[in-house]
Formats: sequence, structure tokens, C-alpha cells
Amino acid sequence: MTSTPQTAQAELQPIDVAALRDHLQSYASREGIRQWDLGASRSTSASVQVDRGEAKQLKAAQRSSITVRVWNDQGLVGITSCTDLSPAGLERALAGARDASAFGNSEEIPAFSPLAKAPTPELERPLQPARGIQSLLHTLKDAERQLLARHSAMNTVPYNGLSEGCSERLYLNSEGALRQMQRTQASLYLYARAEEAGRKPRSGGAVRLALGSDQLDVAGCIDEAANRTISHLAYQPVPTGRYLVCFTPEAFLDLLGAFSSMLNARAVLDGVSLSKSESIGEQVAVPFLSLHDNGLHPGHVGAAPFDGEGTPTRRLSLIEQGRLVSFLHSEATARHFGVEPTGHAGLGAKVSVGPDWFEVGTSDGMSSGTSHLHHARSTDTFVLIEGLNALHAGVKASQGAFSLPFDGWLVQGGERISVESATVAGDIRELLKGIVHLEEPVVTHQGVSPHVWVEGLAITGDA
Amino acid sequence: MVGLDPQRSPIQAQLEHLLTEGRRAGADLVEVFLERTDHIGVLVEQDRITSVSPSFSMGAGIRVFKGGRDGFVSTDDLGDVGLLKALDQALAMLGLERSALASSEGFEGLQPLRDFGAVKHDWLQRSPDLRTSTDRLLEGTALLERLGQHLEVRRGSYARDWQEVLVAASDGTFARDIRLHQSSGLSVLAADGDHRASIGRRYGSSDRPDDLREWDLEASAAEVCQSAATMLRADYVDGGQMPVVLANRFGGVIFHEACGHLLETTQVERGTTPFADKVGELIAHPAVTAIDEGLSAGAFGSLSMDDEGMEAQRTVLIENGVLQRFLSDRAGEMRTGHARTGSGRRQNHGFAAASRMRNTYIAAGPHKPEDLIASIDQGLYCKSMGGGSVGPTGQFNFSVEEGYLIENGKLGKPVKGATLIGEAKEVMPRISMCADDLDLAAGFCGSVSGSIFVTVGQPHVKVESITVGGR
Repeated sequence: MTSTPQTAQAELQPIDVAALRDHLQSYASREGIRQWDLGASRSTSASVQVDRGEAKQLKAAQRSSITVRVWNDQGLVGITSCTDLSPAGLERALAGARDASAFGNSEEIPAFSPLAKAPTPELERPLQPARGIQSLLHTLKDAERQLLARHSAMNTVPYNGLSEGCSERLYLNSEGALRQMQRTQASLYLYARAEEAGRKPRSGGAVRLALGSDQLDVAGCIDEAANRTISHLAYQPVPTGRYLVCFTPEAFLDLLGAFSSMLNARAVLDGVSLSKSESIGEQVAVPFLSLHDNGLHPGHVGAAPFDGEGTPTRRLSLIEQGRLVSFLHSEATARHFGVEPTGHAGLGAKVSVGPDWFEVGTSDGMSSGTSHLHHARSTDTFVLIEGLNALHAGVKASQGAFSLPFDGWLVQGGERISVESATVAGDIRELLKGIVHLEEPVVTHQGVSPHVWVEGLAITGDA
Repeated sequence: MVGLDPQRSPIQAQLEHLLTEGRRAGADLVEVFLERTDHIGVLVEQDRITSVSPSFSMGAGIRVFKGGRDGFVSTDDLGDVGLLKALDQALAMLGLERSALASSEGFEGLQPLRDFGAVKHDWLQRSPDLRTSTDRLLEGTALLERLGQHLEVRRGSYARDWQEVLVAASDGTFARDIRLHQSSGLSVLAADGDHRASIGRRYGSSDRPDDLREWDLEASAAEVCQSAATMLRADYVDGGQMPVVLANRFGGVIFHEACGHLLETTQVERGTTPFADKVGELIAHPAVTAIDEGLSAGAFGSLSMDDEGMEAQRTVLIENGVLQRFLSDRAGEMRTGHARTGSGRRQNHGFAAASRMRNTYIAAGPHKPEDLIASIDQGLYCKSMGGGSVGPTGQFNFSVEEGYLIENGKLGKPVKGATLIGEAKEVMPRISMCADDLDLAAGFCGSVSGSIFVTVGQPHVKVESITVGGR
């Protein structure tokens, strides 16, 4: 992860860690601060957008940020964040953190991760060279042209972007822990809009991520965006009712992510999770479902070898044979539960915990018994949900409820009819226990999941 | 940290140098946005302070226009070298480079500074300190404990965002402002057996240093607890097509999502608004008049000037159902011909400004709220709304946090889990009755130029028919 800086994107010189640590140690000593840690990041990025063959906007950015955390004489913790990595910025941040520590939570005091000096995993993510903004622009113009040529009804690609960037992240603390990484990343998204006379406009799109812009699957992104847009041109309202539903891998991962608080020890301790401390071991899903969080997966372009507290990233089993076997942890939640941190922490006054990269699969040696179901071949009547919208508004994570607009198809006898203006609603606990089949897992840009089949979900349409 | 007050620093000369260099290189227009921020966030859970998060930042966004195209570069480096490097990058994006030989025609120096911040210089000092902030939130969660039942989680949160901005452009624009936004809220999770309800209320203001001190905590806590008690055992709504009455204040999210975004010139540029060529035409029910403005005293979306240095305006978008005009920023005016409306907004220096809403609302009508409910046999009353969004085809959605069935013209039992979806072109003509109780509510809007402070609003309105997603 920290290799070959000569091939990295231009103009991101590594942060001078020794100087940073010396400055911090000097200010901390002067202020009588004995314990501190710091997370820092710096990045450069460039991106382009086009509109019907012309450059619409070209953007570039240089960013930096630090978060300093200090423990005061009473052992209470305070933080401050800023964008200024200069000595003056560090000094001001340290002073701000010391002032904030007067309001630290005495009932839950974070500590350094016990794994902050443990070996981190080797990630095979060679840094990629930057192509430059004019090259990005040329590629995106060409991609837009190719996409619009696929169907006469597609007249614009209103949401599009191609970007590349390089970033650096580090963690260090007053006990000598030091983590540092660099990575490069590129992304492409194309969302086309199509409209036929006398019909409503329709849209569809695709996203691709890669370590560098040269490695992006541009042709695949064009194909997928075109197919998704065109396939929604012929639409009909769907009758309201209960349906056999098949979620695409992307849609299921979105839904699972929206309810990830049920796997999150921080949310459990805060009382806002569907799970309780004693939920470990409970049957939360059908026995043939397994779930891991694997930030090290080769398909995870944004993989990092350590989290915000310096804990190494690792593959973690969350659900086995439908039973909850572990939560995601920070140092503080792990200490509370008597386990090791899992590498899922941020860095803050109240340390956040979050998932990294979900892998949904079938439990070893088990199957659903309904293997005739297949999203492309099944002759059953079902609703295929391609994408869920408005998750920020339609998911009540602490209640388990969801009511979400979606893009998808009503499939009858193998024929797909795009669904117009419909919602899917249910309860995540009932959904996980109502899964009737899992197809073969697929690697997406956001995780690994099969198509997931669920019986009897409520669909509201305007038919 | 470098100050942005030209009276106290040599920044004007620095900016004029940048703008001169940009014009010499052949840019049609160069704009520099400088920013300093100071933020605190506080969270209280149950009766404990669990998070105090101060942060501060500074940076610049430099935008160069040439022939309808633009290049934008943001940087955290406000030194001479950092700003020139950013300018060079922005110029290079458009195939330009600095040259001493090129012409400098077109830049005649900056106009006299319009300093909207001069009278706001002490707002940061006058806003609540950490002790006051935490004490008020602790008071709030204690009130929740006293007034609520079955509460498993009680939370109070507060955020104070102070921002100093300086905008300079090669057309002479030179303006400075200081903004102060405060946002506070109370939320609970009520649980009883298998029944659960999570309810929250958020409030926001601009330019009112004493806002947190003057917050009516008891009224807010009582409203949250009442709503939680009502919704704890509410059934899930049955989905379908039905008439709805949307309450005032945050009910205005329907206009924001269903129509407001489609009246921004960014949507005209993209070709994603069905209203692009409809100015002067009836696009909504004649009962609907809609306004966007940045002038209401203390409202979350109010501004002395926008992020392109233009003073805020009152813009009538729709009058008696007829489309009057679009919200436009500098780029929108250049590319679509719609005159600027003081609506160029951005989250921070990392974003180029875009046409965005400010305080957006449907105007009051002649009816009483109870008239609207009385006019419906079977329908839904949406008392409290959650968030929403609008997609590239104009399909919008928003969630209902607290709803009631309407049966034979009267309010019935509470229901939850409703999501309203529809198309702007179809729903605007169906807003058939507006009551006389216009009120506003603070919110956040995320879009092309980041997350910004806005206000939504409306009186009680009736929608003749809409898709209500449920179980």
C-alpha cells in the first residue's frame, strides 16, 4: 500500500511524519499533555463532467485535514479537527482539543487501540499514475457519445463524471504507534435520460471504480448504463399487492447497509440498534445466509490496512448459518464486550463504528431448497428490484421498518415490464428471515452479494 | 489564521493580482471565493455529554470561465504560491496559461468592498460557548425524561457554524459577509415490547447569536414526547392512491422536492426539468403561488449575499399556477439566459456555486386547515414529514414521520411507514387547496454544490391524489 511513490499521481508528497510528530510532541509537552493521538489525511483529485459533447465543468482539489485527540489531567478526552497541517494549525488544534476535553465523557473514556502497533495486512494495491484532466475529458466525451448512440430515445446523460485522485492517510499516537498509507482511486458514473413521445422520461445508470483511470471498465459502464436505461423505456404501473421479490446484489447491499446499526456495537450500547448486547447467538436470518465484513477483499478499491484508531483491518464473520456471531467494534466497544477491536472505528470525540465491505453468501454446505429461482430465467411472477432510492428518508433503522421507492421490473413468464412509481415496504427482521433463495454471489463496486429472493413483500404502485 | 477583512490585511492586492493574471491569460471571467469557518457540534445522550466536536478550516475556490465552460479548483492553501498554483490549474483546464504578454483588458480593478460582515464582527463571540451549549442540551434531555413515557433513548444536539466569506471576481465584484447558522434538535426512541417509535425535531436559524439561549425547550420537548406517545403503537399505513393533506411548516418539503429543484437553472442546463420552456404557462393549480427568497429575518436559508457576492432577493417562482422564473446563478445565467437571482450557493470552498434554493414556500391561501380535512372522505393527513429527494426524471419522494387517516372528513387513527411518491408535472396541478397558516421550517438540502442550509414552508395544503407507499 505504501509502495512505489514514483508511480503515484503527481503532486502528493508524503506527509512528513517525523516533523508532524515532533511538533505535536513539543506542543503537548509545553501544555502538559501526556497522551494524544492524531489522524491526518491529504488528497489531490481531478474530475470532469460533460454535457452533449462539451466540457461542462472541470474540477480539481487539494485537501488536507487532521483530527487531534488529547487526554487531560483527569483522563478526559477532547478533540479538534482542522484543515491546517502547518505548525500553527497543529498548535491551535491541540489547544482546541485540550479545551474540549473539559467536556469529555467520564463514563466512557476511549483509550489507544491495543492493536495500534500490531502488524497490518499487506494489500496489493499499486499506486497508479494520473492521466491528467484533458485525458479524462477526452475519455468522458467519448463515453457520452457512445452511450447516446445506443438508442434514439436517449438524448442526455445528465449525471456523469470521471475522476481520479490520490490520497494519504496516517495515524500516530504518543506511545509510538504509526500507520501510514497512500492509495489512488478513479471512478466513472453515467446516468442517462431517455424519453419517447407521449411517454414519461426514464433513466438508468452505472458506476465503475478502479485504482487508476486507465483501469476503469469504461465499455462495461456504457453497456450497463445503456441497458438499464433502455430496458425501462416500456413501463407500466404495477398493481398494489404482496409479491415474491428478487433484490439485485446492489439493492440488497444498499438495504443491508442502511440497517447496519443492527451489527454495530456502538449503536447497541447507545440503545438505537435493533440488536441488544445479549443478541449474539440469536437467529436473525434464514440458516442458509452468512455475512462477513471484509475490508481486505480484492474487489474493494478503497481498501485500507487500518481504521481510524490504527487497528488492523481484517475479515470478520458477522452472521453464520443465520445466527449473529459478532458485532463491529471500536476500541471502546470492544473493551465493553470483552473482545478485540475489529478495525471498524473512526476517530472522534465519540468514536463512530461502521461497516467496510459486506460479503453476503450462502452458509457452508447449506442451500435454500428453491434453486429453481433465478433472476434471468425464472418463470415465476416476481418483482425484480434493481435499485432502492431515498434510503436516507425511507429507512427507520432503529425500528426495523423501510418504505422505499425503487427502480425495477415486474417479471411474468420471463417477460420484464419496467415498474413505474412504486414503493417496497417491510421490516428488515422479517425480510432476513423471509429469504427464500440466494443465487451465486456477485462482486459489485460496493460489496459482494447474490441476488436475494424474499417472499411476500408489500409493493405499492399506482395501478 | 489569515483574516479575510480587507481593511485589516493585504488581501485585496493579492486578489487583484490573481484576477489580473487570470484575465491576462485569456479567461472571460475569474472568480475567487475565500472562506474561514469555525464549527462546534455537541451531542448529549440521556443525561451525559457524549460528544463535543470543534473544528475550523480555511480555503479558496477559484473558478475560471471561458466560452461557456468553466474550470474550478479548490485548495486549503491561502498563501500566494498556493493560490497562484490553483489559478494555474484552473486556467490549464481550459487550455489557458499565464503570460505577461497577453492582454489585461476587461479587468478594471475591484469595486469598493460591499462589507455585509461589518455589522456582524462579534457574532462568533456572542454565540453560545461550549458550557452554555452543553447546559442547554442537558436541560433539554432532562425535560424529555420528565415529559415522556417509554423513552429508551433521549438525545439533544446542537451545531454552530460560523463562516466568513470574501468573493472577488474580474467583473469587479468584491463583497464580504459573515454568516452564523445554528441548528438544534431533540429526539427520542420510545419502545414498549415490540412497539418502537423514533421521533425527532430539528430547528435552525441564521444570524441570531442568541437563538440557542432563547430556544423554547419545554415546548420542543413536549412536542417530541407527544408525537412519540402517539406513534408508539401506530399501525403501518395501507398503501395506495389517495388524497392527502400536508401540514404546514415541514410539509413544504413537497414543493421543495417536487418542484423547487426543477426550477433551478442547473436542471435547465442538464435538460432534466420538464418546465424548461414553460415560463408564462400554467404548471400548477391556480391555487398555488410559490416563492423563494433569502430575506426572511432569522430564517435558515436567509443570506445577506449569495456565494457569488450578489445580494439576496425575493423571487416569485409561480404565481396563481403560472411559472414566472427560474433560480439562477452566474453559470446558469451564462448558459441558459435566465437572469441571476442571488441564488448561487455552495457548502464550502470545495464546491463551485450553483443555483440553489433559499427559503422556499407555497404562499398562504384563503382556507382554514380544517376545511381541507373536511373535504376528504378517505385519505391521509401528514402531520410531520421526514426527508425526501428528487431523481433525474422528476420523480420525487418523501417520508411521513407522523400521519393520521382521514375518515369522513375527520382525523382518524395514527399511522406510520408512509412514503409519498409522484411526478412534479402531475402533482403540482393537484395541489387544489391552500390554507391560511403559512409557516416555515429549517432543513438541509444536498445537491450539486453540497449540503446547504435552507427553509421549506407552506400552509396546510390538499393534494387531490398521490401514491402513498405503505404495507
